Amino acid sequence: MAGAAVAATGSSGVPGEKVDWRLAAPLGLTYLAFFAAPFAILLGVSFYADSEQTRLGLDSWTKFYGDAFYLKVILDTLKLGVFAVVATTLLAYPLALVFRAASARAQRVLIFIILMPLLTSVVIRTFAWIVILAREGVINQTLIGLGITATPLNLLQTELGLVIALTQIEMPLMLLPLLTIMNQMDQNLIDASRALGASKWRTFFRVVLPLTLPGWIAGATLVFASATTAFISQSVIGGARLVYLPALIYQQVTVVYNWPFAAVASLTLLFTVLAGIMALGWLGRFAKTS
Amino acid sequence: MQPALARQLLAPPLQIPPRVVAISMPMLAAPAVMTAQPLTLDGITHSYGGGLAVDNVTLEVKGGELVALLGPSGCGKTTLLRIVAGFIQQGNGKVTIDGRPIDTLPPNRREIGIVFQNYALFPHMTVAENIAYGLAARGESREVQAQRVAEMLATVQMGSFADRKPRQLSGGQQQRVALARALAMRPRILLLDEPFAALDKNLRLDMQIEIKRLQRQFALTAIMVTHDQDEAMAIADRIAVMSQGRIEQLGTPVQVYDEPATLFVNNFIGSSNLLNGKVEAAVDGGYRVALANGAVWTVFSKARFEPGQPVVVSVRPEQMLLADEPAPDRIPVTLKLSLPIGGELIHDVISQSADSLKVAIARRPGMASGGTGTAYCGLAGHARPALFPASNP
Repeated sequence: MAGAAVAATGSSGVPGEKVDWRLAAPLGLTYLAFFAAPFAILLGVSFYADSEQTRLGLDSWTKFYGDAFYLKVILDTLKLGVFAVVATTLLAYPLALVFRAASARAQRVLIFIILMPLLTSVVIRTFAWIVILAREGVINQTLIGLGITATPLNLLQTELGLVIALTQIEMPLMLLPLLTIMNQMDQNLIDASRALGASKWRTFFRVVLPLTLPGWIAGATLVFASATTAFISQSVIGGARLVYLPALIYQQVTVVYNWPFAAVASLTLLFTVLAGIMALGWLGRFAKTS
Repeated sequence: MQPALARQLLAPPLQIPPRVVAISMPMLAAPAVMTAQPLTLDGITHSYGGGLAVDNVTLEVKGGELVALLGPSGCGKTTLLRIVAGFIQQGNGKVTIDGRPIDTLPPNRREIGIVFQNYALFPHMTVAENIAYGLAARGESREVQAQRVAEMLATVQMGSFADRKPRQLSGGQQQRVALARALAMRPRILLLDEPFAALDKNLRLDMQIEIKRLQRQFALTAIMVTHDQDEAMAIADRIAVMSQGRIEQLGTPVQVYDEPATLFVNNFIGSSNLLNGKVEAAVDGGYRVALANGAVWTVFSKARFEPGQPVVVSVRPEQMLLADEPAPDRIPVTLKLSLPIGGELIHDVISQSADSLKVAIARRPGMASGGTGTAYCGLAGHARPALFPASNP
């Protein structure tokens, strides 16, 4: 995930430079033992046909992909990731433009505010959103108080409420790469565009957006991967009514004890996230600017 | 316009070798008929936070004229340029083009072309896309864009580079594209922000000629910001020397070099020897000045000085000479160092009162040093030393 983000922003290593490969050995071996090997086991488990793991077969796969319910869970998970990316993007770009124009001191304050959510645990942030989104929560109290609505809105256990919460929770992941690249962009490019007769909007879409796309791709990759796998937020705010892949896996492992089926769901989640990242990476090829 | 350039190319401080002049002569396709528009800055004042960056600057740039804003960093020249471009809204004052105020117009409505110090080419676009950018923003048809791009590429002799990305170009080529991009819009005014600072020395002269040529061909009123006096002298019709947000002197390159209005201008433009002295008496058209190191010089000046007033006399190194015989107007000096710099030999000499002086004399072939020992330093026949009141009495 992080690796993909770095690759998206474009690494500037010296080609052909000799680096001792053994520097990567500690992490490489750890990954081999604790990621690659379990992954191979997971793949193997998925080919058991029954929950007792006695018989080999493709039954778990055909059951998962043959059932409209599970396909909807995949689709909902993907949709949640896309919504989170869209929402964070729409909020992050304007803020990044403000950040760019701010003084160095204002930038430090902004960075602190942006990073603050990361200093609190996801669990606490998620429960805080329950207080805000609940039927008797802050939002509904305010709306009723202002007379905008007579009956409280259903925000908890809805996709909208979950997207709102995830947007706030994942925001730093979008902002940090975007702010970095936005700050590096040459002001003269914007001035040149304006002097050449381009409006502010045209300047944004023709100059700012293409030149900050690598930063956005890094941020979008992190947000997508993080939102689709956000087990705690999905379960606490989505509740039992909204089922996403992480909750499905948890249920299959700890309640149903169908490990082959859980393995299929896990691999599906992995490929779902991977597909999103690859789509973003493919977009990134249009943004080769340096 | 014509005599102005002729003077530019012939004026002594320029020293453009005849070879380069010959290159600049062949003009390309006759320029479209355009009338150059005058630009007026009227009482421009701007401050950042506490400090005044631009202090009540008034400047009239005639149609088709190139004025250089010359000064050290922080003198307000860049702020002034950005005010004209519309990137900064000035606190006070008025900018007019051809009599019409432009202060309320956003940058994209001002029809002003800018060439930035770092060229600011859009890195994600090809050369052709860069040049077409402004035309597309203005809503020109694709045919008009393609035709104008081809025309501009030919004008800056970059025809074969249309599909390159800016990073594949050298500094000089990038600057040609930046010029083409600015000129493709047929701007009313051209602004040049330190246009030669990023170029190496050999390329600089070629680009100076190129810019001068294009500015003439497109009959553009232009302002160039620079901290390099050689650049300013080379291509400007007039130079506005700026210091601390004000224009210290506005004049032709020859005027600011030969008749600096203030000690600041004197020191900023060219190198000079500063000698302390005291006015002895007024003489016809000037003053007799007794220098601290013993010599007595007659210095012409239009300014008023009182007898006994402490003054600073400034002499350009090339207006001094070294002689073997003493005279009342010569300073006994000891030769320290001689540097053969191109066609000149620069002597570093020191007087008995420990003033260090630079004397530049034309170098004869084979001449490498002026020897060592004692000599007498005086004014050359054509010398026009300048007289200023001593700043710290």
